[in-house]
Formats: sequence, structure tokens, C-alpha cells
Amino acid sequence: MLTKKGLKPPGYLKTGTTIVGVVCKDCVVLGADTRATAGSIVADKNCEKIHNMAPNILCCGAGTAADTEAVTDNISSQLKLHRYHTGRESRVVTALTLLKSHLFRYQGHVSAALVLGGVDVTGPHLHTIYPHGSTDTLPFATMGSGSLAAMAIFESEYREGLTRDEGVNLVTKAICSGIFNDLGSGSNVDICVIEKGKTEYLRNHLTPNPRTYISSKGYTFSKKTEVLHTKITPLKELVDVVQVGGDAMEE
Amino acid sequence: MSIFEYNGSALVAMVGKNCFAIASDRRLGVQLQTIATDFQRIFKIHDKLFLGLSGLGSDAQTLHQRLVFRHKLYQLREERDMKPETFASLVSAMLYEKRFGPYFCQPVIAGLGEDDKPFICTMDSIGAKELAKDFVVAGTASESLYGACESMFKPDMDHEELFETISQALISSVDRDCLSGWGGHVYIVTPTEVTERILKGRMD
Repeated sequence: MLTKKGLKPPGYLKTGTTIVGVVCKDCVVLGADTRATAGSIVADKNCEKIHNMAPNILCCGAGTAADTEAVTDNISSQLKLHRYHTGRESRVVTALTLLKSHLFRYQGHVSAALVLGGVDVTGPHLHTIYPHGSTDTLPFATMGSGSLAAMAIFESEYREGLTRDEGVNLVTKAICSGIFNDLGSGSNVDICVIEKGKTEYLRNHLTPNPRTYISSKGYTFSKKTEVLHTKITPLKELVDVVQVGGDAMEE
Repeated sequence: MSIFEYNGSALVAMVGKNCFAIASDRRLGVQLQTIATDFQRIFKIHDKLFLGLSGLGSDAQTLHQRLVFRHKLYQLREERDMKPETFASLVSAMLYEKRFGPYFCQPVIAGLGEDDKPFICTMDSIGAKELAKDFVVAGTASESLYGACESMFKPDMDHEELFETISQALISSVDRDCLSGWGGHVYIVTPTEVTERILKGRMD
């Protein structure tokens, strides 16, 4: 109603983003950048875009930050309850179906674009999920504003049957391509390697944008702040109770 | 004019060595007219947890009342105060509940957690948490505040230096924003005491 009267809706925190995934021989490697934007301002220089769905399944999220956080937390809880119910390790297709049903129900208003990857009893899997609820199953995938830059790297260098280290290098290269060429992505590279029985989260695997311009002396102020009024409230301290000789209470 | 710029606000929180500081401006306006110069934006939830709410004044007050209610219930049930991390998750959940009809507020949460380790966090109006290790900003003056804090902040400052830094960052940023200002309100919290100071700023 308010938008019809010309009121511009508020800008939410978005993860401009480059997120990628690649299926290697027996493992899945996921990668993400770490920049969160509010309009054109960088709100968070080191945010976490790789979310935990299950011990063997992880999900990278692009789009509105609150939506990716909320939808992955919600489905992660549902998967845990399902694990308790069935007594089995979660499967990637279960997470996929729960996520796509949720997003479809909200008809694209929950703006979350996800790259879901994991290794379960049926093998390594990688899927992309779009905000309206459609999914793709792919050997390599990219999402977010930097997806074109990252896909360019994948299309030229992907081969079937990559080893774990080749996969990590390829993913790092793709994310760096997004960081340096896309304005919505930046800062550091986060990697996650999922293998059968083992998940390794390499937070800040590569930091190609360190802060080098700070002066070691720090900032000095020429004029002190003018204070009108000061009020100091000491926080309550625990009182020591000292037992003095007799006079103890008798039961 | 955006709904977030209706009342005008500026909030900043910074982490120091075993202490934290949270500061706000004091103006309450109705678009370009100022109607109060002593508006409270920072609220105490418990001795070691402070909440600042920027954005629409009405939503800030309502959200504050609801959060105090939830915290009091928590205190009755758990017989202890809420940890800052838990409180941040509570605020985030309450904001996301209203995903398609949100509170027009951006909270800034600052507290001393376990072992008196300082914790600060901010969120957008639908609850996307941003946990920072150095400083967080919110409000109409946020762009200036980002710049000022980025250059003035140093890690591990003691409470005297932290006060000076946060005050200078706040005052210089609100001076570049028409909708916030009229002085400043700074809280410095250490494990032993809370110091509340009112700053003198430009009254324009």
C-alpha cells in the first residue's frame, strides 16, 4: 500500500556475492567470498556465507542475507529432527526438497539463491536452488552477482575426476575471479571440502585483500571531546559473607 | 524520503580491551523539523547488555518494550541474565518474524559475555546479523560513521582511549548529517562500572 504512494522500501543487507561448488572425485568443494553489502556500502568485510545444513551437507547462500540465514537454519533444524526420527545420515536430496518446497511456497519473495553440496551414502552431490524454487543438479555451479566471472573460470578449466587439491585450487581461482571482477563480491575466500565421513571448513583460506594502509601510530586527536555531564554507576559486587564464631542458625 | 530517515538517528558501538562503548546522537525529528534534543536511543537490558535502536522512533520504542518483556520472562525462567549472543539471536528471530511487514529499525547490540569478553553486533531491519570484532554502525549517519570508525579505530584500546575515539567518530559523523546530532550520549561499560556521558555537539 505504501509503495503505491511512492514510499521507497528499505534496502536490506544483501550478500552481493560469488558462490561456487564443484564435484571432484569422491568429494564436493564449496567456495564463497566474504563481502556483505547494504546498497553500495560494504556492511561486513568478513561475513560467513557457507552455512551448515548437516555434518555432511553444507549450503552457500546469495541474495538477501536474512533470508539465506533463516531458510538454512530452518531446514537445518528440520534435517536434524529427521535424523533423530530415522536414525540415519541426512541425504542431500532431502535437504534439496525441503529447501525448494519452502522457497516455492513463498513464490520468490524469500530471496535466497543457494548452492547446496554434500556427500551421503549415494555419493557426492551438488545442486543449485533459485529463489522461486527451481533446482539444477550440476557437476560445477556458480550463483550470485559474481557468477559469470566464476563460471568463466569453470568453463575453461573444469575436468571430470579432479582430485581434492585440484578442486580446491579451481574453486579458489573462481572465487578470486569474482572478488576482483565483480563489485558486489570482495574480501576473502572461504572454502569447504566435504568428503565421505569428513568435512573440512577452511575459513579465510585465502586473504588477498589485507588492510595495509593503517598507520602504526594510530589516530591522534588534537582536541578533546567536550563533556557536559558524567554519571558513573558501579556494577553490583558480590558481598562476602563472613561467618563469625557461634550464632549459626539452628535447624 | 525513506521511512528510515523519518526521525533521523546515529548509533555506533566499539570494542576495546575488556570493555565496550555504545554511543548515539540525541535528536528526534519529524523529517526536517526537530522536536526533541534529549531522545533516548540506547536502552539497558541488564547491567552488562545494552541495546541501541536506530530508525523509526515509534518502532524502536515498541521493539524495546517487547524485548524487555521477553528478557524479563527469560530471567524468571532461567534465574539469570541473558548472554549477549543469545539476546542477539532473540532480536534477529523477532525481526525475521515480521519479514514481509518489518519493524523499521536497525538494532545495535553491545554487551559483555562470558568472562567479560566484549560482544557487539548489528542487524538490518529483517534480522540479518552482522557480528563484528571492531565496530558496528547504524542510522542515517551510517556512511560517515563507517568512514570515521574505519580510520579512527585501533584494536585493544582501554576505556579512556575508547571513549575519546567513539566520541570523536560520532561527533564528526553527525556533523555531516542533517538528520542527526544535537549532542551525543555515550556509555562505556567495563566489568566493574558503567560510565554514562553526555557530549556537547553542534546544535544545528
